[in-house]
Amino acid sequence: MMNVFSFDVLSGVLRTMIALSTPFLYAALGETFSQLSGVVNLGVDGIMLLAGFFAFYAVFLTGNVWLGLLAAMIVGLIMGLIMSLVSVTLKAQQGISGIGLQMFGLGMSSLLFKVLVGTVKTVSGFAPVKIPLLGDIPFLGPILFNNNVLVYGGFLLVPISWWILEKTTLGLKIKAVGQNPAAADSVGINVNRIRYFSVCLGAVLAGVAGASLSISIANLFQDNLTAGQGFIAVALVYFGGWSPVGVLGGALLFSLANSAQLWLQVLGINVPASLAVMLPYLLTIVVLTVAVNRGKQPAALNKQFFRGEN
Amino acid sequence: MAGMIQQVQMTGIVKRFPGVLACNNIDFDLHAGEVHALLGENGAGKSTLMKILYGMYQLDGGSIAIDGAVRRFHSPADSLDAGIGMIHQHFMLVPTMTVAQNVALGQSSDKKFLLDLKTVTERICELSAAYGLKVNPNDLVGHLSVGEQQRVEIIKALYRGASIIILDEPTAVLTPQEVDDLFIILKKMVKEGHGLVFISHKLHEVTALCDRITVLRDGCKMGTRPAAGVERHELIKMMVGRDLKELSHRDYKPGAERLTITDVRASGDRGTETLKGINLSVHAGEILGLAGVSGNGQLELAECLIGIRKVDSGRILLDGLDIASMKLNERIAKGMAIIPEERMRDGAVNDFSVQDNVFLHDHTDKEFRTGIFLNFKKMAAHAKKLVGEYTVKTPTLETPIKNLSGGNIQKLIMARELARKPTVLIAAQPTRGVDIGASEYIHQRLLMQRDAGTAILLTSEDLDELYALSDRIAVIYEGTIMGVFLRQDTDIQTLGLLMAGIRPGDAPKPDLPIASCEG
Repeated sequence: MMNVFSFDVLSGVLRTMIALSTPFLYAALGETFSQLSGVVNLGVDGIMLLAGFFAFYAVFLTGNVWLGLLAAMIVGLIMGLIMSLVSVTLKAQQGISGIGLQMFGLGMSSLLFKVLVGTVKTVSGFAPVKIPLLGDIPFLGPILFNNNVLVYGGFLLVPISWWILEKTTLGLKIKAVGQNPAAADSVGINVNRIRYFSVCLGAVLAGVAGASLSISIANLFQDNLTAGQGFIAVALVYFGGWSPVGVLGGALLFSLANSAQLWLQVLGINVPASLAVMLPYLLTIVVLTVAVNRGKQPAALNKQFFRGEN
Repeated sequence: MAGMIQQVQMTGIVKRFPGVLACNNIDFDLHAGEVHALLGENGAGKSTLMKILYGMYQLDGGSIAIDGAVRRFHSPADSLDAGIGMIHQHFMLVPTMTVAQNVALGQSSDKKFLLDLKTVTERICELSAAYGLKVNPNDLVGHLSVGEQQRVEIIKALYRGASIIILDEPTAVLTPQEVDDLFIILKKMVKEGHGLVFISHKLHEVTALCDRITVLRDGCKMGTRPAAGVERHELIKMMVGRDLKELSHRDYKPGAERLTITDVRASGDRGTETLKGINLSVHAGEILGLAGVSGNGQLELAECLIGIRKVDSGRILLDGLDIASMKLNERIAKGMAIIPEERMRDGAVNDFSVQDNVFLHDHTDKEFRTGIFLNFKKMAAHAKKLVGEYTVKTPTLETPIKNLSGGNIQKLIMARELARKPTVLIAAQPTRGVDIGASEYIHQRLLMQRDAGTAILLTSEDLDELYALSDRIAVIYEGTIMGVFLRQDTDIQTLGLLMAGIRPGDAPKPDLPIASCEG
C-alpha cells in the first residue's frame, strides 16, 4: 500500500481536484448569471447531460473535439431558450420548469445514447496543453499548468464573470433585474430580454460543463453521467453568495472532497465505497446550512415579473 | 436647458381594466413652468392617467400630444426619451446598489459597455448643487432615509433630461419638514422651466404648491381650477361628490385609566430592540394619538398590545390586570378590540365571505351556537345588522371580502370589533389607503366610540388626521416616547420636529455633508 501522505498522493489529489472542478465552475458561474437576473434554473443537470451526450456523440462521429464543444453549446442554448420561454415569457414557476428540464435532459440523453451508441465507448477528448515555463514549475506545474483548454477556460471564466458583473453596464442591468425588476423596467431596461440573456448564457455554460465531463474528464458517455453534479452546481451558487470568487471557492472545496474520496478508493483504504461517494454530498448539505448568506440573495429571485402590478 | 417640452396635451384618454373603467374620456394639459395637481380619492384614476403618459400603461382611447405633435408611448423608455420622467409612490430603486449605480442604471455610458461611475458621480454633484438635492453618490440606497431616496429619484429623472416630471403622491411618506424641503426643490425646478404633475389627495399641499388643480372622481374629470383663490370645500365636493361633515368640537373629560403601558421593551423582526421602554396610559373616553414616522416602533407597540409580538420586559395593564403574557383571545375577552394595521393580513381572511369574516372570533360566542353547531340564522342576522349599521357596501353577505374596496373592508372590521362594546380599542392606521368618504365615516365612528367611554389608542402616519382626532398626542421616535401633549398645547410643526427626533431647543441638525462632491 502506498503511503497516504506522500508528495505524489497529494499532487495527485490536487490534480484531480482541478480537473473535477471544471464542470462545477462552468455550470455554477452560468447559474450565477441566471440567478442574479432572478431566475433559478434547476435544469442545469439536465442541460449538462444532454449537452454532454451531444458533445460525446459529435466527437465519436468526427473525432473533432471542437465540434463536440460547439454541439454542447448549441444544445445548451436551445435548452436555455426553452427555460426562458417557459419561466420568463410564460411566467411558469421556475422550480417546476427547471425540474421539467432536468427530467427531459436525463431521459433524452439516455434514449439517444441507447439508440445511437448502445454500449459505453470511449473517445479521445481534449488533450492536455502544457504551458511553457509555468508547466515546468516543480509540484505546481503539473497541477496547474498542464491541463486541457476546457480546464483553463473554466478558471479564466472566474475573473471574466467578475469583470462583467462589476465593471460593465450589462452586469449592473443583470443585478438590477434580479433585485428590483420594477425599478429596472421603470428606467427603460427590458427585464425579459435581460433574463433571457442571463438564462441562456447560464445554459450555454451548463452545456460546456456537460462537455467537460464527457469529452475532457471521463471521455465517455453513460446513463446519468453527471450523477447530480448539476444540482451541486446550483447549491454552489448559494454557497458562493452569488459571487464568482465565492463560486470558485465552493467548486474547489467540493472537488477536493470528491478527489479525496476517489483517491481513498484508488489507494485501497478500507472505507465502504458508497460511504466515500456520499461524503462530498454530505459536505454540501452541511456547508450550505452553515454558510448560506441570505442577505446577498437577489430580492426578486424565483419571482416572475408582471409589469405595473406593484 | 435645450429641448425642454413646452406643452403636454392629453385628450379624451380612455383606459379599461377588467371590470373597471379607470379613465373615462379625460382631458389633461400641462405647460412648462407650472405645477399641475391631480387631485382625487383612491381609485379615481390619477395614477393610471399618469402611467399612461409615462408609457407604463397603453391607452384604449384618446391621444397624447407633446408640443403639438401626437405621440404614442409604448414603454417608459419611450417617454423617457421624449423627456417625461415619473417619481413613483413606491420608489423604483435598487437598495443593494449605490446612488451612482442607481442613477447609471439603464443609461448609456460614455465608455460604451463599460460602467463609467466617475462621470455619473460628477453629473450627480452638478445636479445636486443646481437644485439643492443633497445626496452622497457613494451611499448605498438601502441606507438612505425615505426623503433622501426621493431625492435620488428626482436626480434620476433630471439626469435623464426629463423636462416634465410626474410625482405620484410624493409627500405620503415624508415628515412635515421633509415636505417643506421637497417643495423648495420643486419650486426651483419649476423656475428652471420644468413642468410638474403633482398627484395627491391632500388639499392643503395642493393649494400651497400648485398653479392649477384638476380633480378626478371615479375615472372622470370633474374640472380644473386655478389654485389661487379656490375654495377648500369646493375641491372636496368635486372629489367626494358631497360636502364632508366637519368634526364637531368635543369636550375632553377623561375617565378612569383603562390601559397602562409601563416600560415595555420588545424586539423587532430583525432581533434588535425596537421598543426601548415605552410608557403610556390611555383613559376611558379619550383618544390617545401615537404620532411617528413609520418604522419607529408604532407597529411593534401595537403588535405587543394585541399579543402577536413577545414583550421582553415591562407591563401592560388592562383595567389593572397585567395582560402582557396573555393570548389574544384572552385579551379580547377582557374587553380589548383591535383594528390591525395590515387589514388584509391580520384583520380579515381574504377568501372568506363577508359574514364569515364577521365571525372570525365570535363564532365561539354562545349566542351564535346551538350546542357544538353554528347557528347560521342568528349569524346571518347579526352580520346583516352590522353591514347595514356601518353602511358596508357589499353585493351579498356571501361575497368574498377581498372583492370589497379598502374602505368597506375597514368598515366591516370596525363593525366586528366595536360590536363587542370594547373598553379599549387599538386602532392602527385605520384610514390608511381608505378614501376620503370612508375615512370620514371611520373618524365619526372613532369619535362616537370615544364619547361612549372607550379608551382608544390611535396610530397614524397622517399627522393631520391624528391632530384632528386625538385628545392627547404622544410622539414615538426610535422606540422611545418623545413626549405626550394635550392637543391644544401643541401644533403640527412641533410634532413634526419630534417625529424627526428633534426636541424643541435642540440645535438644528447639520446639513448632510457631501464629502465626495468637493474638490
